[in-house]
Amino acid sequence: MQKSIKRYFPIFVLPTLAAFIVAFLAPFMMGIYLSFCKFTTIKDAEFTGLSNYVRMLQDKDFLNALVFTTVFTIVAVAAVNVFAFLLALALTRGIKGTNLFRTVFFMPNLIGGIVLGYIWQLIINGILLPYGVTITTDAKYGFWGLVVLMNWQLIGYMMIIYIAGIQNISTELMEAAKIDGASGLQILKKITIPLIMPAISICLFLTLTNCFKLFDQNLALTAGGPGKATTMLALDIRNTFYGRIGWEGVGQAKAVVFSVLVGVIALLQLYITKRKEVES
Amino acid sequence: MVKINKGRKRIMSVCLAALSVLYLMPIFIILINSFKSKLYISDAPFRLPDSQTFVGLENYTGGIDKTGFVSAFGWTMFITLFSVGVILVCTSMTAWYLARVRTRLTGILYYLFVFAMIVPFQMVMYTMSNMANMLYLDNPVGIIFIYLGFGSGLSVFMFTGFVKSIPSEIEEAALIDGCGPLQTFFGVVLPMLKPTVITVAILNTMWIWNDYLLPNLVIGNDYKTIPVAVQYLRGGYGSIDMGAMMAMLVLAIIPVIIFYLACQKYIIKGVAAGAVKG
Repeated sequence: MQKSIKRYFPIFVLPTLAAFIVAFLAPFMMGIYLSFCKFTTIKDAEFTGLSNYVRMLQDKDFLNALVFTTVFTIVAVAAVNVFAFLLALALTRGIKGTNLFRTVFFMPNLIGGIVLGYIWQLIINGILLPYGVTITTDAKYGFWGLVVLMNWQLIGYMMIIYIAGIQNISTELMEAAKIDGASGLQILKKITIPLIMPAISICLFLTLTNCFKLFDQNLALTAGGPGKATTMLALDIRNTFYGRIGWEGVGQAKAVVFSVLVGVIALLQLYITKRKEVES
Repeated sequence: MVKINKGRKRIMSVCLAALSVLYLMPIFIILINSFKSKLYISDAPFRLPDSQTFVGLENYTGGIDKTGFVSAFGWTMFITLFSVGVILVCTSMTAWYLARVRTRLTGILYYLFVFAMIVPFQMVMYTMSNMANMLYLDNPVGIIFIYLGFGSGLSVFMFTGFVKSIPSEIEEAALIDGCGPLQTFFGVVLPMLKPTVITVAILNTMWIWNDYLLPNLVIGNDYKTIPVAVQYLRGGYGSIDMGAMMAMLVLAIIPVIIFYLACQKYIIKGVAAGAVKG
């Protein structure tokens, strides 16, 4: 079988591969090289060693964005997963209207980040109105605004995954535990959570990477303000590239570090949660 | 599933209903504000329009003019439909080839596609938009090729996973009976891939329809997509026309909701299936 298909490489693989090289692989390689260069367009690159990385580490904006992104990611990931899991528990008990509730909670996930950002900008500014402040008065408003926004967007998505996980647990196991006199909390701790570890693993992965890489919502909700106080890494990288002349190389160096961080976080999390998965 | 008694069930049902209403509130608030004069939006966002503040469809007509929403809608539709179509055909073919022809090259290619899934867009943002420019891909047709390239990681990964789970005997029988590889793929393999096709289609549609940064960098000046058009309202440093903004938000949400209600079953299933494989 291999033989008869093999020579069809140009038809089956080449179109995708060509696009992959143009849109990803070549820009990726060039990106790594350019992070060691001084340049204003990709044609006038001049090798300068590690200087971009040194400038990056001295850049307060970058460190600020790194701290803000990290704290935001931890808070948002915890909140989204707890709420999504609780909703999933509630929606797997045969309550009337379960399908309708599921439909409603998932819906915001389909709305794009830019649109979500402006929706919540209006609402949060409206809530802050009586206090005479706006979302960009202080970084804490922007921070919690982003947390609320991400919860609204992601809870439904994660809930769907948790529901699928809970529905996979065999009823017999649950019944047996109940007959043996296990309390609801015991069932949750000893049966439900260990058996849905794969779902937890996936949800953590999706929320972690989504929050850490957040861009559209950040841009629309606060645009990084006040000043640069709520600028997250992805937005800071874009601003470095397109907002500061002479900083293109630093922008690319930041992008390299950003990619490494995303990769390390994703792999570390998958490694940790995969170890906790059990066979049912 | 743990069964609970009827009384508690009813209480939970009421709580969830209340939560659902709360959940839909933001969209409702945007909707009512889209009919108010722009002067009364920021100052009293939670008030219903009255005879003084109601402006009918003024925000909509003004907003559509300002942002070029009609053409933005058209281009977004065009780019999303064709990109998703091209991604489905090309990456499913690639995935089948990579799963069935086991050489060192296909192994390396597979891992490259998987690797591309994790790399954030910012990494290739600058170099890729420059390259798109140099290769004359900075137009609505060229961007389809870019979407194929950038979206191929996830799609190839998901298709390959599914192909590996189906036995190759049926395909072999078709090949022995004299079908060419193309005939075998489109006649035998692709129909079996249908559940994954739906999942990949939905994930890519959600991504491309809502994508902001890529189209903004590659074609943003000449062809706006809906997210670019909405962001365009913020403009430079001036204040936002809140009326037009509210109307555009509503117009941006409507197609998404129609799509959701029409394919709800597939979307929820597809997303759950996509997550399990991812």
